[in-house]
Amino acid sequence: MASKAEEAAIGEKPVGGAGKNGILTTIKAMWTKIGILFIFIGMVILASFLSPAFLKANNLMNVVMQVSYIGLIALGVTGVIVSAGVDLSSGSIVALTAVVSSSFAQRPDWAAALFPGLTGLPFIVPLMVGLLVGSLVGFVNGWLIAKTNIPPFIATLGTMTAVRGLAQLYSRGRPVSGLSDAYNFIGQGSLFGVPFAVLLLLVLAIITHFMYSRTRFGRYVYAIGGNVNAARVSGINVGKNLILIYTFAGFLASVAGIVVASRIGSGQPGLGNGYELQAITAAVIGGTSFSSGGIGTVPGTIIGTLIIGVLNNILVLTNVSAYFQDIIRGIIIVGAVIIDERRRRVRK
Amino acid sequence: MAYENILEVEHLSKRFPGVVALDDVELRVKTGTVHALMGENGAGKSTLMKVLNGMYKPDSGVIRFKGEPITIQDTRSAILNGISMIHQELSPIPQMTVAENIFLGREPIGPLGLINYKRLKEMTQELLDRLSIRIDPSVKVVNLSVANIQLIEIAKAISYNADLIIMDEPTSAITEREVEDLFKIIRALRDGGKSIIYITHKMDEVFHIADYVTIFRDGKYIGTDKADSITKQVLIEKMVGRALDEMFYKEKTKVGEVMLEARNLTKTGQFEDVSFKVHRGEILGISGLMGAGRTELLENVFGITSRESGAVLVKGKEVRIKSPADAIRHGMALLTEDRKLTGLYQMLSVRDNMYIANIRSYIRLLSLDFKKIRMDCESQVRKLRIKTPSLQQTIRNLSGGNQQKVLISRWLLTDPEILILDEPTRGIDVGAKAEIHRLMTELAKAGKAIIMISSELPEILGMSDRILVMHEGRKTGELAREEATQEKIMNLATGEVEAIAANGQ
Repeated sequence: MASKAEEAAIGEKPVGGAGKNGILTTIKAMWTKIGILFIFIGMVILASFLSPAFLKANNLMNVVMQVSYIGLIALGVTGVIVSAGVDLSSGSIVALTAVVSSSFAQRPDWAAALFPGLTGLPFIVPLMVGLLVGSLVGFVNGWLIAKTNIPPFIATLGTMTAVRGLAQLYSRGRPVSGLSDAYNFIGQGSLFGVPFAVLLLLVLAIITHFMYSRTRFGRYVYAIGGNVNAARVSGINVGKNLILIYTFAGFLASVAGIVVASRIGSGQPGLGNGYELQAITAAVIGGTSFSSGGIGTVPGTIIGTLIIGVLNNILVLTNVSAYFQDIIRGIIIVGAVIIDERRRRVRK
Repeated sequence: MAYENILEVEHLSKRFPGVVALDDVELRVKTGTVHALMGENGAGKSTLMKVLNGMYKPDSGVIRFKGEPITIQDTRSAILNGISMIHQELSPIPQMTVAENIFLGREPIGPLGLINYKRLKEMTQELLDRLSIRIDPSVKVVNLSVANIQLIEIAKAISYNADLIIMDEPTSAITEREVEDLFKIIRALRDGGKSIIYITHKMDEVFHIADYVTIFRDGKYIGTDKADSITKQVLIEKMVGRALDEMFYKEKTKVGEVMLEARNLTKTGQFEDVSFKVHRGEILGISGLMGAGRTELLENVFGITSRESGAVLVKGKEVRIKSPADAIRHGMALLTEDRKLTGLYQMLSVRDNMYIANIRSYIRLLSLDFKKIRMDCESQVRKLRIKTPSLQQTIRNLSGGNQQKVLISRWLLTDPEILILDEPTRGIDVGAKAEIHRLMTELAKAGKAIIMISSELPEILGMSDRILVMHEGRKTGELAREEATQEKIMNLATGEVEAIAANGQ
């Protein structure tokens, strides 16, 4: 690499490229990049030893199905945390989307329809309405943060509370049931033996991955989280991009809301309680950094989601008591982040 | 291209709460010239540049660019108008690559709206080649040295192809050879018809590179001269508003026993094998470029961080300092570099800011001895001539100089024997600066040992009895007051010469 002509040039020796110390460096590099994947594989191996039922295709599908809503929400939350923010409203958005979209998906023969005049609508209507409602709440989050400069924690704490109330008000505190078969397919149906919700998560994960890593918008989210002043002096419209990322997070939470409602065949105002924290957990286990913005990936978050799913499954299959389950989950969240911070420091 | 002046600033003013940062200033930059802007810290140079870059909005005044009056809404509109800037505070995004950082906001896009990373890398390579900077475009910035980050910032500013490039202290972290290369780039830009505003504290650079010099002092425009028709002496006098020899109040003091000694302190990546001694009645100056590890070294001595090896001795006895509380107990005090970040409690009163480090000595059974606190604080206000309406005043309403005095009072109340002052006069006005220098001399006379970190060479030369110079975490030399010159220090600070400690035993 170092020719004579280059000796006159400024700067230090070129950095990067292949490591000099061979295999050890390679392993180290892999660990820093995809360390969480090793942990995940280790957990799968452990699970298959602990319970012979674990590796059955049916069980595995179930594991993924059960965390698919969390995964959907976590995709958006990852971007929000990367922008050095946080979104606490996702659980409430799930509830609001569930009741609102369900109210437009009720069968004509259902006696207790919320809007008796609006039953039997085309399948697309509840979907569009639901996605619009969730995106709108996300937009409000982004707008509050970008325009009033209040901390994301506070802004989304406010919408979390208010939107939950809105869901109760809209549904008059009752479940919205009697949903059409087409609508229920989203949460209950399968394609080629794979639950539709799992496919939905897969497709949206791929799209989101490309959006975060390969589009300007995605990179600006990383830039804003990494150093907001640098982003600003580079001419990036910080406010606009913040509004977009929170809107996107709201959109994904509403997808999760539709999946949940159609899965249980009823939109209920109490749905999604605590999902926002589980989604944050998935992102954080997957390497999204809370202590400094600009760090986090979609593959990491998906693995984080699966780790939560596998962990839940192990705990159920091995009959650990519910109280212990929560204690173990708590320890794992903190442990994962400690390991992650260590890992990052070694790299510096 | 037919404008005689690419930039004309007239009657421009900018106020911040409590300070007039720019008071009816003007600036005219001739097209195709390098225009140096000089002045002390707080003179208003950076404020004006931030106005030109769209980060601040002026309260009044006119900016004409290429003959047309313009308003600069934000950084984006500055860039679109053809003004780009190298910032004094380096502002890269650490987790992104060199290429992503340079073309942030201007990434090439392929089909589907995806970023074309291949093209991005090529563009970066072309740019770096043109500037003969040898850095891999795909390496993450977090892995680069401070000097290389600075080169990246320079490359970025040039990549906008702007007609006016503002360089705010672009050489603060690079070596002399790199400075020469930068000057080559600047001359090439100028010969290509670009105009450059060059802000620096270094006299030699001005005479080396600039065609014109404009001087600001205390937020006011002082004058513009051709660089080859002005002498260093006149330049300095215009900057400080009086002759230099009045600047630093220094008296001969009696130097006593060693108060603090550091032996072979090492913390990988920050400082390596650094030793020094400071005596009673002595001011030890610590000089070096940005990122030389000076602050990290002294914060380590004060127990803020841990280290791998080395020992600290107070009055000849080895001590274990694991926290600032330990350091305070051993008679040490640290005035930190960044007043706002690690010094002030902005929302609290002058009094609360002052007694906080000494709170232990005011504790009574269930409360604090507020009468004694008031008396102590009042006596500090008198002694240091702190200008405040009352002890109850919220500290953020004070000027920078008075805030700094309150912070010094905070430490004086603990009655320390060893004072570490990190950039004690940064960003404060000339009058307050002189008072702080006088105070330092008085403290030395009273038998305190003082360590002063400063990035201003005149301050280092004017105040120190001995000068320790660091470069990239290493001690590159130690100079006695009599032998120290600006050139010697710069050679050591840029790592050009590794001198052997000349003194200090």
